[in-house]
Amino acid sequence: MIDKTVRSMAEAMAGVEDGAVILLGGFGAVGQPDALVEGLIEQGARDLTVVANNAGNGRVGLARLMELGRVRRMVCSFPRSTGSVVFEELYRAGKIELEIVPQGTLAERMRAAGAGIPGFYTPTAYGTKLAEGKEVREIGGRMSVLEQALHGDVALVEAWDADRWGNLTYKQSARNFNPVMAAAARLTIVQAQNMVELGTIPPETVVTPGIYVDRVLHVPYAS
Amino acid sequence: MSVTLDLPKPLDRVGMAARVARDIPEGWYVNLGIGIPTMVADQVPAGREVVFQSENGVLGIGPAPAEDKIEPWLINAGKQHVTLLPGGAFMHHADSFAMIRGGHLDLCVLGAFQVAENGDIANWATSENDTAPAVGGAMDLAAGAKRLWVVMEHTTKDGRPRLVKRCSYPLTALGSVSRVYTNLAVLDVTPDGFRVLDMVAGMTLAGLQAKTEATLS
Repeated sequence: MIDKTVRSMAEAMAGVEDGAVILLGGFGAVGQPDALVEGLIEQGARDLTVVANNAGNGRVGLARLMELGRVRRMVCSFPRSTGSVVFEELYRAGKIELEIVPQGTLAERMRAAGAGIPGFYTPTAYGTKLAEGKEVREIGGRMSVLEQALHGDVALVEAWDADRWGNLTYKQSARNFNPVMAAAARLTIVQAQNMVELGTIPPETVVTPGIYVDRVLHVPYAS
Repeated sequence: MSVTLDLPKPLDRVGMAARVARDIPEGWYVNLGIGIPTMVADQVPAGREVVFQSENGVLGIGPAPAEDKIEPWLINAGKQHVTLLPGGAFMHHADSFAMIRGGHLDLCVLGAFQVAENGDIANWATSENDTAPAVGGAMDLAAGAKRLWVVMEHTTKDGRPRLVKRCSYPLTALGSVSRVYTNLAVLDVTPDGFRVLDMVAGMTLAGLQAKTEATLS
């Protein structure tokens, strides 16, 4: 019997290695798998590259992971949100590397990784400093920039309903980067609000099919 | 006496948003940037159906919810709580930007630091050495939407022009802006530079030109 559910955070985080590229779902706080980030803090992996839209808030979660010196490099589109104090301190002190990627390019680079596309051309960022050093060419009369697939070693995903095969749904705009990241990593770890019986999620409404998912931890929280 | 009467009356932020909204026809799919652009949604005349998209994967955004009706998982790109209209849909980030990059949006309205007479826009960083600037989806939107309109103050707080010959700030996109709405005027970007479509009451072309680096026609 296939059963991707895990019973403990330790089991969920087993095998996350130092130096790993972590794809972290969410757009700001919405859709961010907070419990899994706490689990990663506990688990101890360091020298991490974290790919996320934002660079953390306050001094908890991703910000805490950074404050503990465990993140070597951030890849994100919008590091400077209200409350991204830890990132800004570390960045100013030269203690964290930053790669800024336009948000759509960030999403598409991971989509490409999950879809087996090594790279793609996009007009986004052409002629700007975010395209510096990248190959450009004219396609269909438009100058475009070559962007490469962005693979993760681990994806941390927040889902709404999940079953033992790892089929997932998402709540409202908490979907955001989660399905894209689930497909782009070698090890996809999910925290789910609800665990449901196999067959309960109508097949037409499965957003992430279980093929992309490795582990599911049931993390209900007050709503 | 006539001097007092002739003083131009700049639009406030809501007035600027309303001026933009007036020009959005029924049926358009529109993405709104953060700040004044976000305010455009509330200014669309009653009864006119315009579908607002937010790059975090929401199509069909409605007005802000009442305090007791907030859905914690439903936000816009500015991370404000919003509602979803009947007919609305959610999509993941790659699909959301496929929508944007694929030219399916009729319009994107962004704020900016500067717009140049050739349609270049600078709206994400204020110097080459800006520490950790944040670009978000601005570059994808500017390159991908069918039309890009900018809404911004005509000058900086200390009176420097924002409508310039060439942007001095880092660019967001090249030649993308088709129209600019300021607190003083509405201008089209044409192959011959900025063309004034509309000015606030009391404003003259000479008066507007005095606040603008690029040449107006």
